[in-house]
Amino acid sequence: MTLSPTLPQVQTRITVTGLTKVYPQPRAPLTALRDVTFAVREGEFCALIGPSGCGKTTLLHILAGLTTSTSGTVTLPERRPGQLPTAVVFQGISTLPWFTVQQNVEYGLRLMSVPRRARRERALQHIRQVGLLPFADAYPHQLSEGMRQRVSIARALATDPDILLMDEPFANLDEQNRLLLQDELLRIWQEHRKTVLFVTHSLDEAIRLADRVLVMSASPGHIKTEVVVPFDRPRDYRAIRQDPRYGTMSAYLWDVLREEVLRGRQV
Amino acid sequence: MRNSRWLAVLSPVGFLLIWELASRSGVLDPRFFPPPSVILQTLAAMTRSGELPYHVVVSGRRIVLGFLLGAVPAVAVGLAMGLSRPVRSLLMPLVSAIYPIPKIAIYPLIIFYLGLGEASKVSIVALSIFFLVLLNTMAGVIGLERAYFNIARAYGARPLGIFTTIAFPGALPAIFTGLKLGMGFALIVIVGAELLGSDAGIGFLIWRSYQIFAVDAMFAGLLVTAVLGWLATAGLDWLEHRALPWRP
Repeated sequence: MTLSPTLPQVQTRITVTGLTKVYPQPRAPLTALRDVTFAVREGEFCALIGPSGCGKTTLLHILAGLTTSTSGTVTLPERRPGQLPTAVVFQGISTLPWFTVQQNVEYGLRLMSVPRRARRERALQHIRQVGLLPFADAYPHQLSEGMRQRVSIARALATDPDILLMDEPFANLDEQNRLLLQDELLRIWQEHRKTVLFVTHSLDEAIRLADRVLVMSASPGHIKTEVVVPFDRPRDYRAIRQDPRYGTMSAYLWDVLREEVLRGRQV
Repeated sequence: MRNSRWLAVLSPVGFLLIWELASRSGVLDPRFFPPPSVILQTLAAMTRSGELPYHVVVSGRRIVLGFLLGAVPAVAVGLAMGLSRPVRSLLMPLVSAIYPIPKIAIYPLIIFYLGLGEASKVSIVALSIFFLVLLNTMAGVIGLERAYFNIARAYGARPLGIFTTIAFPGALPAIFTGLKLGMGFALIVIVGAELLGSDAGIGFLIWRSYQIFAVDAMFAGLLVTAVLGWLATAGLDWLEHRALPWRP
């Protein structure tokens, strides 16, 4: 006799099945995504890499509810009061310049109609977590790009989302600041263990941050392969870089990706 | 830097000094060009008698009320036109057709409908700034980065939320540009309207002074108009600075 043999050990948070996105165009319709299928487990940090223009951002926008898909299904957790199913950290412009740091972090909570006092407390807690408490009343133009991305991360986490969607959040930062922010993201993530889907074009970033790396093909994008990252947490970047498995993984991912980048350039 | 500031004072002071000397020595006929010192005396006398403050308050009230009556709906319609392509397609032809008509040319028609009272003066000010503020507001919304709207929608903003948290604050700098341009037009239009048909206001004061050949009082009226315009601009600048602390 077995007790619920089909019950999964870990819950799936994101399930994407046969997702296709076609943009109607005057001449020929443009297929951005073709039959994308994957799943992300609860508490998993999943990276998504692919050549530029492969539809990574389109996929993320569909998950965030900013775009509709043409066919296929997306299953996300149910919406619960006081929480968002997904929260997004965008690339580039990710803060609203007319709001202070505090107001930016409160923004999601304000739209969720969280009472003023409660949202203030929740926002301050997350501003403290990203180390911006002295800048709570500053406006985005007074901050560096790295600080603005920390504001954006705080805003996302303040909504206590089931899933954190990150769209190349560190792409506009210089190398050193990117390394620092990756450290910080990992530190914060250790505390919450949110489910994360992290879009990036950087192999190094994907290996360093993620539990699993999904590789997308050139346009029209689909999931070409996936690789499980074997390193333990909390991770030490220097130790990872010296680990021979890092080189093997990096080389393998680049082999797969290089083929797609070249194929994408011929289009 | 310091030198150029002195130069800025030099030209008006020099101009007034030459005027004063020319008028007193008879190079200029003082009946047509009373010396500045006489104009200032007239100004002081008219202020003491309460005549000038009365007309300034009348004109000022018309401008303020007209501004509110014109700007509030202009911002609302401008935001809607900026946010929605269908609304824009629907209203833009009408706006483009009415916008270039000199508003003072509509004044006789407004008098015909609303009479010679305050309603016609307030309406002409409102009308003269309405389209300027509307077009600037719309351009302000259209020029906003798509990224801001994506942030709002990703966090579940409904249309009203997008209106109040993205479109309005984002278009506010452009709205102020429209208000400042509108202030210039409002002054032109209100003084013009008071010249044409009114029994109070700065325009009326200038017109009546012309009729009784009080040239010094005409100049006094012009001077007050200039000061009023300068004060209004300074007031809007101050308000803009207060309303937009986030601008670099």
